[in-house]
Amino acid sequence: MSELNELSLAEARDGLKAKRFSARELTQAHITAVERARALNAYILETPERALAMADASDAKIAAGAARPLEGLPLGIKDLFCTEGTKTTAGSKILENFTPHYESAVSANLWRDGAVMLGKLNLDEFAMGSSNETSAYGNVISPWRRTVDRVVSDAPIVPGGSSGGSAAAVAAHLCLGATATDTGGSIRQPAAFTGTVGIKPTYGRCSRWGTVAFASSLDQAGPIARTVRDCAILLGSMSGSDARDTTCADLPVPDFEAAVTRGVKGLTIGIPKEYRVDGMPAEIQRLWDQGAAWLKDAGATIKEISLPHTQYALPAYYIVAPAEASSNLARYDGVRYGLRVPANDIVGLYEKTRAAGFGREVKRRIMIGTYVLSAGYYDAYYVRAQKIRTLIKRDFEAAYAAGVDAILTPATPSAAFGIGEKASADPVEMYLNDVFTVTVNMAGLPGISVPAGLDAQGLPLGLQLIGRPFDEETLFAASQVIEDAAGRVSLPKPWWA
Amino acid sequence: MSVDAQTVRRIAHLARIAVSEEEVAPLQGELNAILAFVEQLGAVDVSGVEPMTSVTPMAMKKREDVVTDGERAADVVANAPETEDNYFLVPKVIE
Repeated sequence: MSELNELSLAEARDGLKAKRFSARELTQAHITAVERARALNAYILETPERALAMADASDAKIAAGAARPLEGLPLGIKDLFCTEGTKTTAGSKILENFTPHYESAVSANLWRDGAVMLGKLNLDEFAMGSSNETSAYGNVISPWRRTVDRVVSDAPIVPGGSSGGSAAAVAAHLCLGATATDTGGSIRQPAAFTGTVGIKPTYGRCSRWGTVAFASSLDQAGPIARTVRDCAILLGSMSGSDARDTTCADLPVPDFEAAVTRGVKGLTIGIPKEYRVDGMPAEIQRLWDQGAAWLKDAGATIKEISLPHTQYALPAYYIVAPAEASSNLARYDGVRYGLRVPANDIVGLYEKTRAAGFGREVKRRIMIGTYVLSAGYYDAYYVRAQKIRTLIKRDFEAAYAAGVDAILTPATPSAAFGIGEKASADPVEMYLNDVFTVTVNMAGLPGISVPAGLDAQGLPLGLQLIGRPFDEETLFAASQVIEDAAGRVSLPKPWWA
Repeated sequence: MSVDAQTVRRIAHLARIAVSEEEVAPLQGELNAILAFVEQLGAVDVSGVEPMTSVTPMAMKKREDVVTDGERAADVVANAPETEDNYFLVPKVIE
């Protein structure tokens, strides 16, 4: 048998149920793997004692015949989810010493179902970034490496972001699955970059309570895991209504795992022509065509569709998201929690604290948000962007009304890049990573990224499926077809250990 | 639209972020790159379009206006940099 940490989450669950190994053994295998993989910097904080205590409690439950849905399964938690009694930094220096006295709704749901916490995963500061290079706790290194002229390069590759620690940890077998969050692509882009599966569910499927806020009308939690089925299992536990989040939907949680084997026979899959962007690499176009062919072979009808406002989603996002961020991040004032830099007066205290506590990208976004919300600019920028958001949503509604069940697109415009390769003075260059994913957040829809192949340098590429509101089940069914056709990605051997 | 150095200083102050003189020029360039990128939104005809206020059609949840939580001042101030008797301490605000 392979190492216990190389099992899929579903295999580990079944192995525990059959008593082939204990939760303690499974957890210890992960703790060891995490310790050996510190070079990847995927975890900001490891919590091995807590993990083993939770595993022992799980073994007792299993022995008593009272196993819960995720009993004894070791997970990593993105360090944006508040964990009671365990430091939560949001990847920022301003929350360096913040220890919540409460548990986020999503992580609480996982513990309710018996999961084990291995630690807190690295991320871009306040989830603002697409490469995990804005974290105050250092870059995450992807377990993947490029192969150039048949030689494996040791130049470090980014895992994507903002859930870069989550994606790298899952790809490197440092947890069975991880929580993540997605405001503009932060689950799907890192999943695509690391050969893993990531789903951003419909806005309102998971409670945002206790998750550090970035842009509240766009933020949504979801899982990253190594298989479509594993993502379905995790999302089933993470989801559910919550009176403490007024935007969390009061809807029953479907049996997502059962949907995985449904197939796509009779479904209509839309191919939006506006996603054929200028300068898209030929291998991305080939992958996209291949994905459509796989779905057609499995019985789906493929139909070209038009989403005419696609090109405006990313610029509109860079008004809406910074505006909401500038408001949400006003709470970091050096008074109630977090870093404080002393000053003689209160304004000086605010300004010095925030200057010292926030990194460059966060400051930039707060300032853009402050500008577009300021007197005289609000209508020209913010109101206009929200109107364009309505138009983007209408595009999708028209496609679904015309009988489309799900939409297939590439997940990202390229494979992962090297650390430092997109550090130019123009922040927009980095923002373009999210060009295919951000529309989905603007429209509040569910989207999944599933590995579909490798590029010429041996780096993974993903396809994205976009669904109707609250129809994650169709996404699981269709992405399982792609996973079966593409074959499971063979993840990198541990060069870091 | 683009911002000048004076506007960068004004935005920084509105955002309560201290910005040194050396930081102004690079920030001005970065903010203007973002503003140039979002300029294309001006080309969209938005006449008669309602701005989005809720991304999924749902009625906002309401509850009885009663106390459901509280009596945990020590928890609330536990992460504060400076406190006294469960109060947050700040520099003198009123003379």
